[in-house]
Formats: sequence, structure tokens, C-alpha cells
Amino acid sequence: MTESTEPQGVERYLGKKYPRTWDEVPIAGIVPWPGNTEELPKHSWRTIRPVIDQEKCIRCRMCWVYCPDSAIVEVDKEYTNKKGRTFKVSYEVNYDHCKGCGICAFECPVNAIQMVPEER
Amino acid sequence: MEAIKKPIRTVWDIPRHEQFAPGHNMCQGCAAALIMRMLMKVVGKDAIVAMGTGCVEVTTTPFPYTSWRNPWLHLAFENTAAAASGIEAALKALKRKYGIYKDRYVKVVAIAGDGGTFDIGLQALSGMMERGHDVMYVVYDNEAYMNTGIQRSSATPLGAWTTTTPVGKRMRGEPHPKKDIIGIALAHRIPYIATANPAYPTDMMEKFRKAYETRGPSLVHVLSPCTPGWRIRNEHSIHVARLAVLTGMWVQLEIVNGKPRVTVKVRKRKPVKEYLRLQGRFRHLTDEEIQRIQEMVDRYVEEINRWVGEEAIGPVEA
Repeated sequence: MTESTEPQGVERYLGKKYPRTWDEVPIAGIVPWPGNTEELPKHSWRTIRPVIDQEKCIRCRMCWVYCPDSAIVEVDKEYTNKKGRTFKVSYEVNYDHCKGCGICAFECPVNAIQMVPEER
Repeated sequence: MEAIKKPIRTVWDIPRHEQFAPGHNMCQGCAAALIMRMLMKVVGKDAIVAMGTGCVEVTTTPFPYTSWRNPWLHLAFENTAAAASGIEAALKALKRKYGIYKDRYVKVVAIAGDGGTFDIGLQALSGMMERGHDVMYVVYDNEAYMNTGIQRSSATPLGAWTTTTPVGKRMRGEPHPKKDIIGIALAHRIPYIATANPAYPTDMMEKFRKAYETRGPSLVHVLSPCTPGWRIRNEHSIHVARLAVLTGMWVQLEIVNGKPRVTVKVRKRKPVKEYLRLQGRFRHLTDEEIQRIQEMVDRYVEEINRWVGEEAIGPVEA
């Protein structure tokens, strides 16, 4: 991993360190950066992680629909499985946002998603 | 991202764009996150969100971060509907006096939990519906004050354990059945009322879309399973929501101008035991108490069938 000199997270937005005293807080406490929780990684919450088997997946979109954290991403990537069937979309997991709840694996109609223990 | 105009029939009609950002602090498997995600997909960018205190308010906006890509307002428990009607009136005045947003329709969406709607915010909600403000009110109902640590609210169902209705010799969980918010809204004669469920996402989004297109007050009551509060497994939250419909505990209603309709019909419903046994908060119930709840649900289903005028929810399967 390379060390980046650019400020990360909140400091990048504020242009300075996280507000420590009351007069450093933006006026009225507004947050003028819509949707910036996207930058917060939530991977440390999970103990099990979903792994999608692209061979078994039938692209029914159920995991994408039921994911509460928008962690299943729909991408325009063509995939041809061993039976010769071509799909226009693929489903991938964004491991930065996945909290490991297991809804995708439970709701998958063909059991294409396995919950694998997180090991370091 | 504009609001959805076309009806949503299948899951492929759901747009890919995420208007509600991920990375919030809601629990693993929280259905409220799913509801907010689907709601924001429907209403798009031309909406002002007035958010009452509750789980979603606390978890989506840890300062200086926010999950919302819309104008968003933090409000207290009791004044969600009051502030939402104020925003709507202000928008109207801006349009009339200065011609702002003349070619654009801006909707006010008020979101609150069951505590902020059934108990504390009820008079503000009643005032909003009575004055006929053009506000879409969404209740995510997790059936207790989950954010502060599972205290009972008037939305808690009969027999449920909470920290303020403990199980012991004198008390066997919540002694009163759930408050009928749909009946209260119906008494105000508002144009659109619906109950929705995250296990049926297309149905839920279709109701959000119709509520968005209604010109006048509308109320959508959504069941939101809570994994720590209901004592269920993380992966079961959608399954439990689906079982609530299949057992008749929750009926998917849609009331347009006073005409009721059941959108998800159940031919043969399951016994309520299947729904109750999955949840740790109902674990103390004996067979007699479950029988009492079953009789209550039977009466409720019979009432709904009589009201709708057809057998929308069938008998219990043997």
C-alpha cells in the first residue's frame, strides 16, 4: 500500500481537521456534501462475507433488490456460463459497504451466494 | 434522477441509480435501510425530506456525514408533520410571490418511525391530514422505540416482550393490541392511504409512487422488521416480513379515496405460530396465548374481507 499525502475522509471535505471546538463547526451544523457516508467503510462490521458463484447465478436481481446497504452492485458485464447461456449483467459485491447480514444468501433462489467466514 | 413516472410491475423496472447513499450506521439486516433506499429511488431528486427522530434519523446522519442526496431536515419527534406542512406552505408562497419552482414539482416527504407517529407526533399528523397539505407521510413501523433500547410504543403488538413490558408473574408482555393508524387516517378522509411491506418491493414502490403522485396528504405505513428488537437472525428480516403477510398479521391494503383494495392476496394463510416462533420477543408465549392471538387475527381478517367485499385473505391452511 502506498502512502497518499492527500487528506482523507472528513478532512478532505472540510479542508482542515475534524471540528474540535464549537466555532469550527459549519454554520447551523449543515452538511453540504450530500451522500458522503459512501466514503465510510463498513467492512469491519462483518464476520461472514458473501461470495457470488457466477456459474450458478441466474440474474434474477433478488440480492440486489433486498440488499439494505446497496452492497450488491449491478454491472454491465457480459458473462457466458458453461451451458452457453449469455447474460448481459453481472452482480458483484462491494466489500466496503457489505455488513455481512446474509439477506442475499438467504433470499437467493438458487443458492448461488455462500457466506464465507472472514479470516485474517 | 427524476421521480418514477411509469408503474413498477417487475423488479427490472427499479432504476439502478442509488439516491440513498450506503455506508450508514443501521444494523446488519435492518429493513428500514431497504425501505429508505426504495423510497428515495421512487421520489428522486425533487423531494424535500422532513425526518422525525428515530432510528433512521440517528443512523444516517453522523456529523459531518449524511446519507441523503436530497435536502434533508432534522426534526423532533412531535413536529414532523407540522414542519412538513410548513415547508409545503412555504413552497406554495414562494411559487405565488416569486415564481420559484414554477416549472418543477417539488414534493415534501415526511418520514417518521412508529413512536414519532403513533404516540408523540399524532396530533401534528392529524392536523396535517385535516388541513390537506400536499405531503407524503411515510411511517416505518418497527413496533417499539428501538433506537433508545426497545421500549413499548402503541404500535407494539399483543404479547410482545419489550424492556418496559417484561415477562414475569404479573405481566406477560404487551397487554394491548396494536393501534389502528389506518383507521385514524381513514377518519380524516385523505386521498391515499396504504400499508406496505419490504418483502414485496415492487408492491411497496408502486405504493410510494402513487403516494408521490397524489396531490394532497397521503400516508404509507410500512412494516420494518428490527433484528435486535424483534430478536431475529440478521438474514431473517425479509423472511419475517413476508411471513407477516402470509399469516394474516399484516394485510397489504391500499385505500384510494375511501375505496379499499388488498394488493397482495393470500389464498390460504399460514397459522400465526410460524410468524411468532421465529421471533425471540414472542418466545415466552404459551399455546393458549398463541391461540388468543390467532383468534384476534381471524377476527381482523374477517373484518378486512367484509370491508373489501371479497375473500382477499383465505382461511388458515390445515
